[in-house]
Amino acid sequence: MHPAFSVILLTTLIGAGQGLFLALYTGESYSVVELLPPQSSQFYALGSAIAVVFLIGGLAASFFHLGHPERAWRSAAMWRTSWLSREVIVLPLVIGLIALYGLAHYLRLDLKIFGVETNVRGDLTLLIGAAGSLATFGLFICTGMIYACIKFLQEWHSPLTVINYILLGTACGFTLATAFAVYGAPDLVNFYGAWAIIITLAALVTRAASLIRNARIRHKSSLRTAIGVRHSKITQKSQGLMGGSFNTREFFHGTPLWFFRSVKWIFLVLVFPVPVALLLAGLLGHSLTLLYTAFVVQYAGLLAERWFFFAQANHPQNLYYQTVG
Amino acid sequence: MSQLALVIDLNVCVGCHACVTSCKEWNTSGTAGYMSDDRPYGEDPTGTFFNRVQTFEIGEYPNTDTVHFPKSCLHCEDPPCVPVCPTGASYKRPEDGIVLVDYDKCIGCKYCSWACPYGVRELDEHQKVMKKCTLCVDRIYDQSLPEAERKPACVMACPTSARLFGDVHDPESEVSIAIRESGGFALMPEWGTHPANHYLPRRKTQITIHKDELVRADNPLKKEGKLPKPDINEPSLDDVTSW
Repeated sequence: MHPAFSVILLTTLIGAGQGLFLALYTGESYSVVELLPPQSSQFYALGSAIAVVFLIGGLAASFFHLGHPERAWRSAAMWRTSWLSREVIVLPLVIGLIALYGLAHYLRLDLKIFGVETNVRGDLTLLIGAAGSLATFGLFICTGMIYACIKFLQEWHSPLTVINYILLGTACGFTLATAFAVYGAPDLVNFYGAWAIIITLAALVTRAASLIRNARIRHKSSLRTAIGVRHSKITQKSQGLMGGSFNTREFFHGTPLWFFRSVKWIFLVLVFPVPVALLLAGLLGHSLTLLYTAFVVQYAGLLAERWFFFAQANHPQNLYYQTVG
Repeated sequence: MSQLALVIDLNVCVGCHACVTSCKEWNTSGTAGYMSDDRPYGEDPTGTFFNRVQTFEIGEYPNTDTVHFPKSCLHCEDPPCVPVCPTGASYKRPEDGIVLVDYDKCIGCKYCSWACPYGVRELDEHQKVMKKCTLCVDRIYDQSLPEAERKPACVMACPTSARLFGDVHDPESEVSIAIRESGGFALMPEWGTHPANHYLPRRKTQITIHKDELVRADNPLKKEGKLPKPDINEPSLDDVTSW
């Protein structure tokens, strides 16, 4: 498939935003059961604001993918059948819940405003955060399923696609949270850093699994089934057009093989070992610069990862467009 | 429920592209707006087409067959492009099974084109909406046309009658009989899309001649000419008649 930059930005930006929010809420949940020291409201409010900025950035990028962005509101209609439609509904919901979570922290609201006394610190934000976490995982699933549900794009049609979206987004968000915690919550830096490393390594396992799976994939469609002629040697002599068309542009990444192959190694290095090394060095050396560099490197690697994810998918329609003639 | 469809006979198609040009002519002139055509005579021409004729070579020289292969939307009975559409712009008409795009609802997200294994949906570069074969829905129901002309433009244009049009759910229709009796097949059956359009295979007329049929077994002396008439009283070869 042709990797559209708008969709690469959309999926990576919302992944980082979702991951950051999950990191914030994890920290808060741990502090309620006194596994971690409680943090200031400002930390959660500012963190939520950063997550919202990432998510809105992703939403804005997605509009550049549309031919008619002014009709985008229509895309919430078919949520019964379309994962894209579901994502269109869940994404604003996630943004709203995270914004509400941040606002409740900023204004230090709790359930007393509804006249309920629970004696739990931050009970209201815990409830909003729980709803936000559910919606965040829902958004990860929607984003992954948009690609995983197309059964003839066999490289995508696997549970690994959804798992990778969840783990890669969360890893990126926790790395960002590690750097961010240096300012507002120094107690949490090691906690976030350790989880960022664990999730990044888990993502390495699942992403490597999908790479291995895709390297061994056997495509079900061939020219034989495409034109219904049972012969082992079929060659196209003409695709019916001399110039280009939508079919020749949209479904192929259009780069030489050496570039395609090198992107795989670039993202494997930038997403996994380099950020883990930088995180370790940053945590041990108390270096904010190294922690931020870890996030920037991992995000850049995720851009390459997403490019490769699209470029690797082999659409069966390409069987019909192999020779100009 | 009827399901309108095309049946394309690969045994008859000569690859003249008349269906391609007449499709473009009819559909670019309709009320739904033009079909883009950029630099048609320039260096890098591109444009929107609902129908293409491709050519494939089967086998290896000198034993080759050329197959001309017209490709347009197959109006699948279980179209994978329809449920993925987020706006409902892409839909399958319940009354006749035609898969259509509502150009006023389409947001141009291209997701349906990803979800079509056959690559028959094209984004119009100027109108920024997804376009595809409509089975000439603005023609086949037009009461102002004589009944014989209420067919898709490609079917009307085909000089060899390689394209048949009709209801594949009616077992007695011309298309159903053609599919049933001439080995009609569907493209990429592995994806369970159940295309309504079918293709008829290349068919070769062959006779089998055994070696002993090349010489007359009842002529051991290899003398050609009329056989002598046997006597009327003699038994004949077939014991029925000698005259």
